[in-house]
Amino acid sequence: MKISRLIVQEIAHRFLNFVLAVTGVSIAVACLVASVTMIDAGEIQSEQLVAQRQQEVKDAGKKLNDEMRKITKGLGFNIVVLAEDEDIAAFHAQGAPTRTMPQDYVTRLANSEIVVINHLLPIVTRKVEWTEKKKTIVLTGTRGEVPQAHRDPKKPLLDLVPKGKVVLGYQLHHPDKLKPGSKLTINGRALEVAKCHAERGTVDDVTAWVNLEEAQDMLGMQNLVNAILALECNCATIDRVAEIRGEIAKVLPGTQVLERGRKALARAEARNKAKKTADAALESAEESGRQIIESRKAQANVLVPLAVIGSFAWIVLLAVGNARQRRGEIGILRAIGLGSRHVLVLFLGKALLVGLVGGGIGYVAGYMVGTGYSEPVQESLFDLNWLLIALLMAPALSAAASWLPALVAAGQDPAVVLQEQ
Amino acid sequence: MLISLQNINKTYTGDAENVVAVDDVSLSVDAGEFVAVVGPSGCGKTTLLLVAGGLLGPDGGEVSVDDIDPYSLSTEQRARFRAERIGFVFQQFHLVPYLNVLDNVMAPALVTGDPAARERADSLIERFGLGKRVGHRPGQLSTGERQRVALARALLNEPRVILADEPTGNLDGENSQEVLQTLQSFAQQGGAVLLVTHDPDAVAFAERQVVLSSGRIAENQG
Repeated sequence: MKISRLIVQEIAHRFLNFVLAVTGVSIAVACLVASVTMIDAGEIQSEQLVAQRQQEVKDAGKKLNDEMRKITKGLGFNIVVLAEDEDIAAFHAQGAPTRTMPQDYVTRLANSEIVVINHLLPIVTRKVEWTEKKKTIVLTGTRGEVPQAHRDPKKPLLDLVPKGKVVLGYQLHHPDKLKPGSKLTINGRALEVAKCHAERGTVDDVTAWVNLEEAQDMLGMQNLVNAILALECNCATIDRVAEIRGEIAKVLPGTQVLERGRKALARAEARNKAKKTADAALESAEESGRQIIESRKAQANVLVPLAVIGSFAWIVLLAVGNARQRRGEIGILRAIGLGSRHVLVLFLGKALLVGLVGGGIGYVAGYMVGTGYSEPVQESLFDLNWLLIALLMAPALSAAASWLPALVAAGQDPAVVLQEQ
Repeated sequence: MLISLQNINKTYTGDAENVVAVDDVSLSVDAGEFVAVVGPSGCGKTTLLLVAGGLLGPDGGEVSVDDIDPYSLSTEQRARFRAERIGFVFQQFHLVPYLNVLDNVMAPALVTGDPAARERADSLIERFGLGKRVGHRPGQLSTGERQRVALARALLNEPRVILADEPTGNLDGENSQEVLQTLQSFAQQGGAVLLVTHDPDAVAFAERQVVLSSGRIAENQG
């Protein structure tokens, strides 16, 4: 027979004592593992939340940028370059330029090395009478974006209107219920509706966009344009616009540059503000995550030591009780030759077994509680290190708690026990 | 001389008064001898047995068992000495309650680690008619069976000496006879038996009777 058999037989005989001791260890380990699991879950959850917020901010920014593109396009762009002799007062009064410039102005601008503007669109535009409908409209010819020589190709902000097609503002298609594909005639030119814009509440609602060459032909303005729209993508400051004016004046001296897009600027500011708000929300989410983790750590700092101390005391009590209960047995075993070392092994062996079983059960229970009380996370919270720690520390705790009672039992005088009995 | 106790003194120190349990007792038991120590309760019989068994150090005098003074050994050495040289039999049997018959008999082998112990245990179990009870625990045995288990345990490591304290105190006549015959047989095979008893029938098995009174030897007759 070996000592291990004696340990196992004693455990089986006093199973309640074993179960109570294992429960004590399990609770301590479970508190530790649950706390750690919840902290880990909190950290992962916080990271996921922050990542989610970051994605939301990114998506919202992208959406705002798209809106900006649309709004900027709808407003008739940010910068408009007008002919030297354009009467600005008349331009504002008419809602459209009246003077012209050579079309090659746009080529000169595109071939220059101006870096503060991104998109160039020459247009010819004029307020005309739509004779077939007997209404005044703005006829605008556009050829789409002119590529800038020193720039990589960019996504054009305004699509080319193909020849024979027309894009109609709201007031031009809505009354007659015109749709893409509808045929119409403007001042004798047969055109097919390519696109119908929604209501914008601006001059765009009475504008018809046609191909530049077609417009020049209809207006008798071959090789002439009367405005070059320059879409400045970084239109965040007024100073910036002044800078653009200076740059354009170097290439096209005498031309006039007007800023068009206060609404866009406001939206840009709003976008910046929204971004700041989103950033603040992001920071708030991070801070909130940090606070949750700190709070859980603070709880763990109190709970875990309490559970460990409580468990330690509980095992000491059980070990003392066990040693007292086994006094006669130990006395006779000592009498028949077992040394104090054997008795120590009997008690500490049992304590190690209690710790091992308690550590295992405590880990499983703690993991289940920890995951059960945490928000679900995508990553696994299982940590082999903590399992090993539980399986090493729990037996150590149990053995330490049983050490003194074991020592007392080992030091028991068999003669005294035999005389008592 | 297997057991030699010379001028042994032992006094128990109490809060109110000191009790002299053994007072200048000298006693020897030779190999092959069966000695019974008798006397009224509290006369020091059990104290003398514990002193002889290396369990209770005397205040004075010399102890020798199988030519070794157990009290000259360290605690651990003395424990091993007991396991190897002395067999104990008690009135209360003192079996380990959660071990079955075989494990109880094998308990002294925990110390020696003797691989032949299992064979001897099986032989002793058969000899004492416990073959069918080998898997039973003490609570499932009769008193006679328990004492036979205790006897088998005492004999497992083939000791030179058996110290028995009222081994028949809880047994009926038949079981008492069996236990005493076993002790007698052990002595006849060259061992030394020191029996402490009240039982006159038990005394009849001894070759020599020592009467203790108030811690002193009142009579020593062979």
